[in-house]
Amino acid sequence: MEWVSYLPSLARGALVTASITLAAIAVGAVLAFAAGIARVEGGRVLSTVALCYTEIFRGTSLLVQLFWFYYALPLVGVSFEPVETGILVLALHVGAYGSEIVRGALSSVSVQQHEAARALNFGRMQTLFRISLPQAIVEMMPAFGNLAIETLKLSSLVSLISIADLTFRAQSIRNLTLDSAGVYSLTLVGYFAMSLVLMALMRLIERALRRGPAFPRAAHS
Amino acid sequence: MMYGFEWDTATPLTYAWSILPIILIGLTVTLQAAAAGFAIALGLGLVFAMLRRSRIRTVSWTTAVVVEFLRDTPLLVQLFFLYYVLPDYGVTLPAFLTGAIALGLQYSAYTSEVYRGGIDAVPRGQWEAATALNLSRMQTYRDIVVPQIVPRILPAMGNYLVAMIKETPVLSVVTVLEMMALANMIGERTFEYLVPLTLVGVIFLILTLICSAGLHRLQKVLPKAGIPLR
Repeated sequence: MEWVSYLPSLARGALVTASITLAAIAVGAVLAFAAGIARVEGGRVLSTVALCYTEIFRGTSLLVQLFWFYYALPLVGVSFEPVETGILVLALHVGAYGSEIVRGALSSVSVQQHEAARALNFGRMQTLFRISLPQAIVEMMPAFGNLAIETLKLSSLVSLISIADLTFRAQSIRNLTLDSAGVYSLTLVGYFAMSLVLMALMRLIERALRRGPAFPRAAHS
Repeated sequence: MMYGFEWDTATPLTYAWSILPIILIGLTVTLQAAAAGFAIALGLGLVFAMLRRSRIRTVSWTTAVVVEFLRDTPLLVQLFFLYYVLPDYGVTLPAFLTGAIALGLQYSAYTSEVYRGGIDAVPRGQWEAATALNLSRMQTYRDIVVPQIVPRILPAMGNYLVAMIKETPVLSVVTVLEMMALANMIGERTFEYLVPLTLVGVIFLILTLICSAGLHRLQKVLPKAGIPLR
């Protein structure tokens, strides 16, 4: 029963993993909507900026981005705490993926809806926030759910920039005890449990959105 | 592989140019790892997809759980698991192979879903027709199912290949000397990380842009109705 003694340390690591993941999801969601909306509704300048952001962060690997922000940026005078770097880079990365989801869902809102909004004399912003987004957001949820799991998994990489998350703790315990099988099995189970919880959470949000006041007629459509 | 190259750190540009040969050696390792990992993912994913369709409840259910587990846990931890635990049980593999297996395992969970989606998309009537024509299960797969699903699953598989290429830097933690590991080593010696890491980023960006352009073309070239195998 040696593995029981690992639990307190691993649990503390899991807490760090959970908070970093949730923070990155929150910031990433803001970035995703900003970039996604800019791609669809923004003018030429805004949508080009958003396109560059998405291409750069989707086109390079997360670990390179993390190291770039952690090792390279301080050399030009910009430096953050490791935890801030971790959350920021993770958020930028998943935000880029999320913006594609937002863009896809927004552009799949039917043309008739836009025409109807126009006929009712809705402004562009009104159309976006009252017509397009409430419908599109429900379509985005399954993809966002996958992205949330992806964020949790990718958050393990922040252990490589010296943040004491679940993976980092597992590494330290393994270096002390050399009980690789026990430690890593527990860690894998820990991540699996966290993703199941995260999945359930995303389902709850999706269900709430479907029933919510922003989408009163969804139940009948 | 770090030696025999002169590093000219006078200006960022000459620096980048002088370390490019080293990074390109890393690029070949990156591509090899992704190719090996993808081969494993394609094979293992198919096995998972088949087992998932098994008529024996226990088999299909166990496979579903295994696939879900592989998909919901981080590549990094799976990699550590393979790298540290396998030797305890007498299986000692080179780091590169361990890395390729870890990549393959993680992505087999994704590819198995792609296969499953492709197989499920073949209409029921065709399976029934195949039964009516007295085709064996093997013949049904070979002559009816596979030719139809190949063009359907290729784009998705291509996307996963690109994603896998971008995940290979993770292998650097188990001493695989791919692009990013080399860039880090150069950075450690010159105390100048900005250029090597940016260079690696740019190469990844070019690589993914080429790959997605290629995939786009492939999608246009592929016949919609399917590829006959004979």
